[in-house]
This record gives sequence, structure tokens and C-alpha cells, in this order.
Amino acid sequence: MIGYALYFAFICFGLGLLFCLYRVVFAPGVSDRVLALDTMTVNMIALVALFGILHDTTMYFEIMLLFAMVGFVSTVAYAKFILRGDVIE
Amino acid sequence: MSIFAEILVSALLVIGGIFGLVGSYGLVKLPDQMTRLHAPTKAATLGVGGILLASVAWFGFFGEHSSWHELLIALFLFMTAPITGLMIAKAHMHLSWRAEELPDSGEDRNWATYGDSAERSLLDKGTDDEGTERDLRE
Repeated sequence: MIGYALYFAFICFGLGLLFCLYRVVFAPGVSDRVLALDTMTVNMIALVALFGILHDTTMYFEIMLLFAMVGFVSTVAYAKFILRGDVIE
Repeated sequence: MSIFAEILVSALLVIGGIFGLVGSYGLVKLPDQMTRLHAPTKAATLGVGGILLASVAWFGFFGEHSSWHELLIALFLFMTAPITGLMIAKAHMHLSWRAEELPDSGEDRNWATYGDSAERSLLDKGTDDEGTERDLRE
């Protein structure tokens, strides 16, 4: 039962990544594109967590942590760049 | 006992997957930027939280030793998602609207993000890319 649920979640987040990719390519504005990229990192964290369950290992924990931190910092930096034209003043 | 653990983990996985899919689909489906902000920052974050909880439960019930690390990531994501949403909304507002075009703030000063010490609207600067975002929006 867990196997089917696992593959269902894989399909959901894979489709979610595809939707985000569509929004990155065909975005009406630059802030929309940043939002789609941020959602892609969030979906990637979920996929890595699912991969950890599938392979029965906690080794992927550091990857998830790095994805979360780098995704957050890069999104805030890019929003700041749009606002001020500069990241660190 | 084992069947309940299986049902718990499966339910968390399915619920998390559905929320993640809805959050990402909302990014494509919803009509304008400000509504599109809602889907990923709320639904997708909740979906990832469900998946991480399922991971914790799975390693607790079936793994060799329990791992609580995933809760750290869930906590981090739940703390940072509102901040990213706020930053992107601010960037979008400054790209798209001047201070005069916004609804009245109800007080004698303007909205905080358009205040004197804060960033002025990028449209007021009269740079080369003036109105590009607005043209694309229409």
C-alpha cells in the first residue's frame, strides 16, 4: 500500500515540477518567474524526501536542507534585486 | 499495529501529493500574479510538509532507527514561505503600480512599502524598462 502511495506522490510532484517549468518558460512577468523557480525548489525537496523513503536511507537529509536554504536565499536575493537593483548595499 | 502505520504513512503521502499538485497547478491556472502567489506559498508548502511528516513516520515505524531531521526542514520551509511570498509580492507591486493607483490605506500616511524611507515604485524612476511589466500584464 505504501508503494502505491509513494508512486502516486512521485507522479503528483513530477507533474507539479512540469507545471512550474511551464510557468518559468511562459511567464507574464519577471516576479512570476521567480515564484515558479521557488516552487520548483520546494517540489524538489519533496521529491528528494520521497527518494529517501524509496531507497530506505536518511542520507538525502543534507540535500534537502541545502535545497531549502539555497532556494530561500536565492529567492529573497532575486526579489531584493528587482526591488533595489542591488542585492547587498 | 503495522496496518495502522501503513495507513498513516500512505494517507500522509497521498494528501501531501495532492496538495503539492494543486499548489503547482494553481501557478498555471490562476488568472493574475497576486492570486498566483497564493497557490505555491500555501498549498505547495503544506504538501511538502505532509511528505516530510510521512518520511518521519515511515522511518519511525519501518526504518532501522527513527529520524526526526525532516521536521527541521518542514519547520524551515514553514518559516520561510511567508517571507518569500511577501518579498515577491512587494517586488510585483513596485514593478506594476504607482503609490497613487493603490486603494486608500485608511490613514493619513501611505502604504508602508511606498513610504518615504522605503523603495519608491520602479515606475517613478523613468528608467528604460518603464512599463514593460505592465505591458506584459495586459
